[in-house]
Amino acid sequence: MSDVALRMEHVYKKFRKGEIYNSLRDLLPALTGRMFQQRELRENDKREFWALQDLSFEVKRGEAFGIIGQNGAGKSTALKILSRIMKPTKGCMVVDGRLSALIEVTAGFHQDLTGRENIFLHGTILGMTKREIESKLDQIIAFSGIEEFIDTPVKRYSTGMFARLGFSVAAHVDPEVLIVDEVLSVGDYVFQRKCVDRMKEVIRGGATVLFVSHNLRSVAEFCQRALLLDKGRTVSVGSAQEVIAAYLNRSGREHATDANSSPVSISKVTVRSESGECCQFQSGQKAWIDVELIARSRCSKLSVSLYIRDEYSTLVFNTSTERLGHGNFTLEEGEAFLCTFELQLNMATGIFHPSILVYRYDTQTEYDRWETAATIYVGSPDDVQGFVHCFPKVVRHEIRAASDGRLTAIALDASRGGKCSAE
Amino acid sequence: MKEELKELYKYRGLLYMITYRDIKVRYKQSVMGFLWAILMPVLIVMSGIIVRYAYGLAAHVPLRTADIASVAVKSLPWAFLVSSIRFSCNSLINNQNLVTKIYFPKEIFPMAAVLASLFDLFVASGALVIFLLVIHTGWSAYLVWIPLLVVTMVLLATGIGMIVAAASLFFRDVKFIVEVLLTFGIFFTPVFFEVSMFGDKGKWLLLNPVGPILEGLSACIARHQSPDLSWFAYSLGFALFALLGGFVFFKHLEPAFAESV
Repeated sequence: MSDVALRMEHVYKKFRKGEIYNSLRDLLPALTGRMFQQRELRENDKREFWALQDLSFEVKRGEAFGIIGQNGAGKSTALKILSRIMKPTKGCMVVDGRLSALIEVTAGFHQDLTGRENIFLHGTILGMTKREIESKLDQIIAFSGIEEFIDTPVKRYSTGMFARLGFSVAAHVDPEVLIVDEVLSVGDYVFQRKCVDRMKEVIRGGATVLFVSHNLRSVAEFCQRALLLDKGRTVSVGSAQEVIAAYLNRSGREHATDANSSPVSISKVTVRSESGECCQFQSGQKAWIDVELIARSRCSKLSVSLYIRDEYSTLVFNTSTERLGHGNFTLEEGEAFLCTFELQLNMATGIFHPSILVYRYDTQTEYDRWETAATIYVGSPDDVQGFVHCFPKVVRHEIRAASDGRLTAIALDASRGGKCSAE
Repeated sequence: MKEELKELYKYRGLLYMITYRDIKVRYKQSVMGFLWAILMPVLIVMSGIIVRYAYGLAAHVPLRTADIASVAVKSLPWAFLVSSIRFSCNSLINNQNLVTKIYFPKEIFPMAAVLASLFDLFVASGALVIFLLVIHTGWSAYLVWIPLLVVTMVLLATGIGMIVAAASLFFRDVKFIVEVLLTFGIFFTPVFFEVSMFGDKGKWLLLNPVGPILEGLSACIARHQSPDLSWFAYSLGFALFALLGGFVFFKHLEPAFAESV
C-alpha cells in the first residue's frame, strides 16, 4: 500500500444545461429534426458547462483533508466523483482502501421497516457485511440513543431520530477512506458533539478523511490541509489555515445598497491588525476596523454602528460611535468621513462577520448598511470553545488523600471555558 | 465485464438485503401480501378458463381437466414475468435516493425486483400444487424439466428487467410503453391457448421466447411429455442473449444514472 490514499488527477466534469430530453415522445421528433438541422447541434454544445476543471490533489493516508468553497463551486460534484457515483468527463481518480461516504446518511432507509431492520439494510448498503452489523448492532443502537423505538417503523420517527439513526449506522462503518459532507449538522447539540467525537476517533484510528463543508470552523478543527474551489477551479491548496484565509479574503466583499440614492454611503470597510490588513486573529488580539463614508448631500446627526455576527448570524457584539461618545456628526455635500473602531477580540474560536450601518441618530433613519462587510477568523491556541474567551487558567490541580473514607477530587477544566466541574 | 461481475459478487449481500426488503415491505401485512402473490395468477387462471370454455363451446369440444391444468400452469410464470418486468421498470425510479447518493452496482435493483417476484411465484406455486392435486393431474418423470424452464424464465426476466429499468430512468414514458406491452403481451403468448391449436402456423407464436417456456411447462406438468428440445434451446439462447445484452446495456448507461435524475 502506498502512502497516498486518494488522488485526483486533472479531473474535469461537464454538465449540460437546459433542456434534456427525458421522454421518448420528445426525443424522437428531436432526433429527426436534428438530422436536418446541423445548427441546433452546435447550439447544444454551447449549453454545456464545466462543473470541475483540472482538479488535482492528493490526500495522504491518515490525513484529514478539507474542501471548501461557496455554493456552486463544485464541491458536491467533486464528492460524487470521489464516491464513484459520477464518472469524470476527463481525468482519473484513484482511491486506495475501503471507501465510505457520509453524504446522505438516511438515503438507504425504508419508511415501512423498523429501526432495527433499517440498520441492517442501510449498513449493507454502506458496505458492511451482515456479521459485521450483528457484532456492532448494540453499539449502533446505543450511539443513536433511541433504544426505546428501535422496533418501531421509522416512518413514525421524528426527523431528528431519523437522522440520528442514519448517522449512527454510517459512523460505524470503519472505513479506510471516509468522505463527509455537511452531515455533522444533524440532531441536537449533544448529538452533534457525539458525532464530532466519533469523527475524531475515526481520524485517530488512522482513517483518511475528506471533509466538505461551508462550516470553516469544523474544517479548521478537523483538517490539516484543505483545498479552495471556486467555479470548478482550484484556487488554493495548502494548510487548512492558509486556505481558510484565502477563502475569507475572497468572500463577503459585495456591497448591496444602491449607493446613488442614499445621501451618505459607506465606501470602504477594512479590517487590520498591527501588521496591516488581516482576516485571521488570535483570541484577545486587537483589531482595527476602518470605515469610510462619503456624503452626497448635507446630513446631520449621523452615527456609525458596528455589528459583529457569527457564522449562524447570531449577534455577538454591537456598538456605535454615538454610544462610544462620538455621535452626532454632520457632513457637508462631498465630504468624506473616516473612523476606526479598535476592538479587543475576546471571542472563542470562530468565524465572524462585521457589518456597518450609518444612520441618523435622532430619527433612527437608516442611510446605508453593509452586511458582512468583512469576514474574520478568530483562532485560539488552547482550543477554547463556546462564545467568549474568558482566558482561563488552572490555578489549583490536586488530589486529596481519602480522609474520611471519601475520595474528593476537584478539577478546574480549562477546556470548558473556565467552568468548574466536579468529578 | 469480468471486473463488473466480480463487483456484483462482492455486493451479493446487498442483493439479498434489497430483495428481503422488497418482500418484507410487500408482505408486511401478511394477509395482504399473500393475497398479492395469489391474486394476479388467480385472475389470469380464471380468465383463461373462461376463454378456454368459450373456445370449447365454439368448437363443440368439451373442456377437459388437462386444458384447465395447462392454463393454470402457464398463468403463474406469465404473472411472474409481468410482475418482474413491472417492478424492475420502477426499481431505479423508486430508489432515486440510493441511485444518486451511494455507490454500488445498481443492477442490484432490477435483480432484486425479479427475485422478489420469484418469491411470489413460489408462494403461488404452493397454491397451484394444491389445485393440481385436487383436479388429479398426476405426475411423471418429466417434472425434472421444471427447474430448467423456470431458470430460463428468470434469466429472460432479468435481462429484460435491466433494459427497461435503465431506459425508464432516462425516458419517463418507457414505463407506459412497457405497461401497454405487458397488458397486450398475453395475446401474443400461448397462455390461454395452446400453440398446437394453430397447426403449422403455431411455430410463429413460438418465436416469442416466452412461448416455448410456457409450452414446455405445460407439456411436462399437464400433458406428461418432454418439452420440445429445439424450441427450448431457442428460448434458452434468447434468454442468455437478453441477459448479456441487458447487462452490457445497463452497465453502459450506469455512470449517467446520477446525472439524469
